[in-house]
Amino acid sequence: MTASLIGRPVKRKEDRRFITGTGHYTDDLSRPHQTHAVFVRSPHAHAKIRKIDAAPALALPGVIQVLTGEDLKADNVQGLICGWMIHSKDGSPMKAGGHPALALGKVRYVGDHVAVVIAETPAAAKDGAEAVVVDYEELPSVTSTGDAQSSSVQIHDEAPRNTVYQWALGDEKATGAAFANAAQVVELNLVNNRLIPNAMEPRAALGEYDSGSGIYTLTTTSQNPHVARLVLSAFVQIAPEHKLRVIAPDVGGGFGSKIFIYPEETVCVWAAKRVGRPVKWTAERGESFLADAHGRDHVTHGALALDKDGRVLGLRVKTTANLGAYLSTFSSAVPTYLYATLLSGQYNIPAIYAEVDAVYTNTAPVDAYRGAGRPEATYVVERLMEEAARKLKLDPAEIRRRNFIREFPHQTPVILAYDIGDYDASLKEAVKRADVSGFAQRKADAAKRDKKRGLGFSTYIEACGLAPSAAVGSLGAGVGLWESAEVRVNPTGSVEVLTGSHSHGQGHETTFAQLVADRLGISIDQVEIVHGDTDKVQFGMGTYGSRSAAVGLSAISLATDKVIAKAKHIAAYVMEVPEDDVEFKDGEFAAVKTNKKMTFGEVALAAYVGHKFPTDQIEPGLKETSFYDPKNFTFPAGCHICEVEIDPDTGVVEIVKFTAVDDFGTVINPMIVEGQVHGGIAQGIGQALLEHGVYDKESGQLLTGSYMDYCMPRADDLPSFEVGMTITACPSNPIGVKGCGEAGAIAAPAAVMNAITDALGVKEFDMPATPEKVWRALSGQRA
Amino acid sequence: MYTKPFSYHRPKSLEDAVALFGKSSDPRYLAGGQTLIPTMKQRLAAPSDLIDLGGLSALAFIRKSADMLMIGAGTRHAAVATSADVKSAIPALAYLAEGIGDPAVRHRGTIGGSLANNDPAADYPAAVLGLGATVKTTKRSIAADEFFTGMFETALQDGEIVTEIAFPIPEKAGYAKFPNPASRYAMVGVFVAKVKTGVRVAVTGAGPCVFRVPQMEAALAKDFSDGAIANIKVAADDLNSDLHGSREYRAHLVTVMARRAVAGA
Ligand SMILES: Cc1cc2nc3c(=O)[nH]c(=O)nc-3n(C[C@H](O)[C@H](O)[C@H](O)COP(=O)(O)OP(=O)(O)OC[C@H]3O[C@@H](n4cnc5c(N)ncnc54)[C@H](O)[C@@H]3O)c2cc1C
Repeated sequence: MTASLIGRPVKRKEDRRFITGTGHYTDDLSRPHQTHAVFVRSPHAHAKIRKIDAAPALALPGVIQVLTGEDLKADNVQGLICGWMIHSKDGSPMKAGGHPALALGKVRYVGDHVAVVIAETPAAAKDGAEAVVVDYEELPSVTSTGDAQSSSVQIHDEAPRNTVYQWALGDEKATGAAFANAAQVVELNLVNNRLIPNAMEPRAALGEYDSGSGIYTLTTTSQNPHVARLVLSAFVQIAPEHKLRVIAPDVGGGFGSKIFIYPEETVCVWAAKRVGRPVKWTAERGESFLADAHGRDHVTHGALALDKDGRVLGLRVKTTANLGAYLSTFSSAVPTYLYATLLSGQYNIPAIYAEVDAVYTNTAPVDAYRGAGRPEATYVVERLMEEAARKLKLDPAEIRRRNFIREFPHQTPVILAYDIGDYDASLKEAVKRADVSGFAQRKADAAKRDKKRGLGFSTYIEACGLAPSAAVGSLGAGVGLWESAEVRVNPTGSVEVLTGSHSHGQGHETTFAQLVADRLGISIDQVEIVHGDTDKVQFGMGTYGSRSAAVGLSAISLATDKVIAKAKHIAAYVMEVPEDDVEFKDGEFAAVKTNKKMTFGEVALAAYVGHKFPTDQIEPGLKETSFYDPKNFTFPAGCHICEVEIDPDTGVVEIVKFTAVDDFGTVINPMIVEGQVHGGIAQGIGQALLEHGVYDKESGQLLTGSYMDYCMPRADDLPSFEVGMTITACPSNPIGVKGCGEAGAIAAPAAVMNAITDALGVKEFDMPATPEKVWRALSGQRA
Repeated sequence: MYTKPFSYHRPKSLEDAVALFGKSSDPRYLAGGQTLIPTMKQRLAAPSDLIDLGGLSALAFIRKSADMLMIGAGTRHAAVATSADVKSAIPALAYLAEGIGDPAVRHRGTIGGSLANNDPAADYPAAVLGLGATVKTTKRSIAADEFFTGMFETALQDGEIVTEIAFPIPEKAGYAKFPNPASRYAMVGVFVAKVKTGVRVAVTGAGPCVFRVPQMEAALAKDFSDGAIANIKVAADDLNSDLHGSREYRAHLVTVMARRAVAGA
C-alpha cells in the first residue's frame, strides 16, 4: 500500500526550471524578423489630442510604422470591453464610456495609450516614441475618489457626474428598522487605499500573423488565455476565434493584474498583420506602474447596529469605488458582487444594506487585485466589529463569538449561502497560537520601554470559485465560471492533464499532478500538467479568485474518475472477468477471488492496442474530459491576529507577531498552501503599512511611479508568521477544497489596523499607517 | 529600459581617463554604475562617452595610519562595510556602508561615485561632512565643508576625478539612519563625531544637501550625551517635504536620529 500523496508537502516540480533560468517567459521568446513595439503614452491626466505627427519618428533609422487609434478604426478593430453588466438601483445599465486600445481624440490618464511605434530594435522603437509629436489641449482632471462626482470635469460623455453606476444590495427597510431598534450604533469612515499590483514579471506580448493560414498567435502574460481569445475575437474583433491562438507560457505572477485584456497586447497581435512581421512588446517597470490595472481605492462609510449584548442587528454601508479612466475587463463586478455579498462576514446579521457608487477618475483603470472586493468587505466588517467591541467594552474575541454563524447551510441577507465552516475552531486556535492571554503583560513590558503595543483581530470570510454559471450569469457576468479538464493517458501509462486553469506561480504543476498521481496510483513524475495554450487545452476560464483547486482541480478529478471507469471496463475484458469483480487500488486493477491483476500502465497499453476488447462497444484509447460547473461558491474563512509595537519617537510600526489560522478545506500540499498564505499576508501587511498608489491632485501625475516611492513590503518589514489550519471539508466540490490564494491579503489589513488603532487608542486611522501618520496621531495626543 | 547609444572606454590610468574626458563631447565617468546606469536607462542622461574607472586598481584601497583612514574613491560599499581597518578605526563608517541599498548595490557602488553624485538622500556625505574628511582629486584636496555645494552638486570641476577620501580617526562617532520606507535611502541620516577639532554633526536626507547643525555641535562639545541635544530642533523651513515625510516630521527625526547616533557612538 503506497502512502497517499494528498496532504504531503511535495516539492514544487516547476521550481527547478524557474530557479535555474530555464523557464520560458514571453520575453524569452524571439521570432525571426520580429519587430519591437513601444507605446507613446499620455503625459497628461486629461487632454484632447489635436494632432499626432508621426513624421519625425518615421524619419528615424529603424522605425517601421507608427500606428494610432485611427488605424485600428480603419481595420474595424473594436474597443475593449467590460464583461460584467451592473445595473443601477433605478434599473439603468452602467454607463460605460468607450475604451479604444489606442486613444481616439482624447486621453484620460497619465500613461494612456496614444500611439505605437514599431521598429527594428527596442531602442529604435523607444527613440521613435520619443520623436512622435502629439499636440495636446490640456483639460482639468480629477483623480480622487471622493471628488469624482462633484467635479466639473467630465471624463466620458456617457457618464454624467463621472458616475458609472449607483448600485445597491440588501434590504434598506429592514436595515433601517434594525438601526431604529439598536442599543448601540458604531460608525466608521474608512478608506481602502489604491494598490499597484507589481507582479515580478512585467506584462509582455508577442503578436504573430501567418499569412498562409490566416492565423494570428498572441503569446502573452495572461492568467486566462481562452478568455483573452474570446474577448479579442468576439468583441474586439481582431480575428475569428478559430483563427486566433493565445498562448500564456510561464507567467511570473499576476495577482489579478494579468486577467484583463489590455490595449498593449491587443495592439501587438493586430499590428503583426499590419506590419507583416512579428511584433513584440515588454513593459518597462515604469509602464507597469502607469498602466497595469490598479486595485482597491474605496471610500466608505459603515455603520453597525447592535443590541446591548453586542449582537449585531444590522449593517449599513455606503461606498464610492474608483474604477479609473476606463472600465477594465471585470472592474464593475469587484465593488459590487465581489464586495457587498461578503458584508455578512462570519456573522449572523439579520439585515444588511449596501450602496455602491462607482466612479470614473483620471487614473489607471482599477480592477481585481488579490482578493478583489473581499479584502475591502473584510476591512469594513472587521474594523466595525473591533470598534463595536471597544465601545461595548467587550473582548474582541467574545463579540465575534456572540455573532458567529454556527448552523450550515446559512443564507446571508446578501445573496450568498455558506455551505460549511467552523469559525469557533479557527478563532480558538488563533487565540491560542497568538498567546492572547499573555498580551496584557507584553503591553505592560513594552510600556516600560516607552513602546506602545496593540492587538487586532480579523475573522474573515471569502467566497471563492464563483459559481454556478447560471447564478453568476443572473448577476450580470458575461461568461460562465466552470472549468474544463482533459486527462490524456498515453499508451505507456504516463499522463498529460490539460487544464483550463493557468499557473503563474501557484504551483499547479505540482498540486494537480499530486492529485492525479494519487488517484491513478502512479508516480508524480508520470504526470505532466499542460496549460496556457488555446491550441492544446480545450477551453478554460483561467485562474483568479482562488478558483483553480476548487473548480479546475475538481474538473480534473472528475475526468480522472472517468478514466478509471473506462480502464476498469477494459481491464475486465483483458482479464476475462466480470467488471464488478475488478478493483482498482494503488495503481493496480485486480480481479477479486483470482490472482489476476494489471498495472495501470498495462491497461493503458491495452486500451490503445485495442486487441482484447470489442471496439464496437468500447472505443479504443484512454482520454476523458470534464467540464465542471460547481454547485456553489466555496467559503474559506479563518482568524488572523496581529500584534504591533509602535515606537512613539518615530511612529514606526513593527509587526511583532502575526498569527493566521485558516480553514481552506482539504489541503493537498500544505507547503504550497502555506506559501500562498505567506504571500497573501505580506501583501495584506503591505497594504496596511506601506503601499499606496498616489496621484497628484493638481496635475493628475502618478507620484508613486517607481520603487523609489511605491513601497513594496520586504522580508525585513515582516515577522516570521505563525500559520495554522483548521479544516472543514467543502461539501460543494468532489475534493473538499476551498481555495487559499487570497486569504492573507483579505484578512491581514483589518488585523493590522485593528492592532494599530488599539495601540494608538484612536478610532479612525487610514492605511497605509506610515510612520509620519502614526507619529502625528501620537503627537496630537501629547499636545 | 534602453539607453541612448554611447561609446565605452576603459582607460588604464587616471591620466588616460582625464585625457579621454577632455577629448569627448559629452563624457561621463562610470564607477559602480548604480546611479548613472539607471539614469541612462530612464534616458534622463545620455552621455556620448562612458569612461569606466572600474579598472583602475589605484582607486581601490583602504589604508590606515595613526590618525587617518584613507579610502580610495573606487572602493565598493561592501569593502568599506567589511574592512577590518574601517571597523577598528571608524566603526560608524562601516555601519553606514553596510546600510546602503542592498547587497547587489553594495558590491557595485563606490564611495567616490556616491560623493561625486551627492544625492541629497545618500549616506556617505553625512560621514564625510560629519568627520570633516578631505576629498582628494586629480587636481587638489577639498575640505568636506567646501565639497558639497548643493543638491546633486559638488565643488568638482569638469573632468576632475575623486581619487581618495581621507578621514580623521575620531575619538567617537555614530550614525543613525531613518530609511525612506520605499527607497531605503536616508529620509534622515545623522552622523555625529567627536574629532580633534571638536564635535561635528552632519545631517543627510532631510534637506536639499547634507548640512551641519552648529547648535547640536556646541551642546555636544560641552556634554557628549544624547540628553544634551534632546531639545534642540532644526528649523523645518528649509527641509525636504514629500510623500514620505513632511518637513516638520523630518525636522523632528533629525533630533531623534541625532540622539540615537550619539547614544550609539
Ligand atoms: C537600489 C539602489 C539602492 C541604493 N540605496 C542607497 C542608499 O541607501 N544610500 C546611498 O547612499 N546610496 C544608495 N544608492 C546609490 C549607490 O550608493 C550608488 O552606488 C552611488 O550613489 C553611486 O556610486 P557608483 O559607484 O555606483 O557611481 P556611478 O553610478 O557609476 O556614478 C555616479 C556619478 O558619479 C560620477 N563619478 C563616479 N565616480 C567618480 C569619481 N571617482 N570621480 C568623479 N566623478 C565620479 C559619475 O560620472 C556619475 O555622474 C542606491 C542605489 C541603488 C541602485
